[in-house]
Amino acid sequence: MISLEQYIAVSSLLFAIGFFGVLFRKNTLVIYMCLELMLNAANLALIAFSRYHGGMGGNLFVFFTITVAAAEVAVGLAIIVALFRKRQTVEVEELNELKN
Amino acid sequence: MTDIFFYIFATAALAGALGVVFSRNTVNGAMCLIGTFLSMASLFVLLEAYFLAVIQVLVYAGAVMVLFLFIIMLLDVKESAAKKTSIYTWAASLIGFGILVTGVVAISASESIKNKAPTMPEASGTSLKAFGYELFTTYLLPMQVTGFLLLIAMIGVIVLSKKVNTE
Repeated sequence: MISLEQYIAVSSLLFAIGFFGVLFRKNTLVIYMCLELMLNAANLALIAFSRYHGGMGGNLFVFFTITVAAAEVAVGLAIIVALFRKRQTVEVEELNELKN
Repeated sequence: MTDIFFYIFATAALAGALGVVFSRNTVNGAMCLIGTFLSMASLFVLLEAYFLAVIQVLVYAGAVMVLFLFIIMLLDVKESAAKKTSIYTWAASLIGFGILVTGVVAISASESIKNKAPTMPEASGTSLKAFGYELFTTYLLPMQVTGFLLLIAMIGVIVLSKKVNTE
């Protein structure tokens, strides 16, 4: 039987990979995909906890997370498209208008 | 038997995640992400969250990734040469990773988690009736708020993607 620790290990590894992707990639679209990956890793941990604890709380929370993530993706991609229209780039290094 | 499936799907999910981070081509990265989402749906099935596994495939691997691929192909961005990462990024990543490792080790080492057997009743992950009942009794307010949030997101996207006249 797979123990809870193994699920937590997988979920935290996925989270770490997504985290490094967010920090080290420069393409906004890739960064956004890594953010989705981190959200999903958290979902996996929630479901594992819910399964081993007993009770529906974790499962229902994941249901809400997925709904919010879907809305968030739609808005985020619309912002990226609007940025691209204005600046013709999706590289985060070049999007520094607010810096100075 | 299910142990083997766990290892297969966990490895697939991690490999796909690495593919997202390391692939130079954004479309390949999105394909890897679809693989990761599908393997995670399989992990959800192993955890007996069947409804969420279906939702994962429909919403994430389906709708969200189609949207991603559509935008990637619409923008058609050329991958520029990798720029040097600043020292702050390295420091932030190391500190963040350290905190994550500490937290996970602390959680895994705690007595309440060690050698815990799955205690969820057999039916509760399967039964859509139980899911819907909870959703419309205990979690009625979050449910309504989420619905409203989806409406706001829809209107927001329409406003954001309307062509602005800049003259």
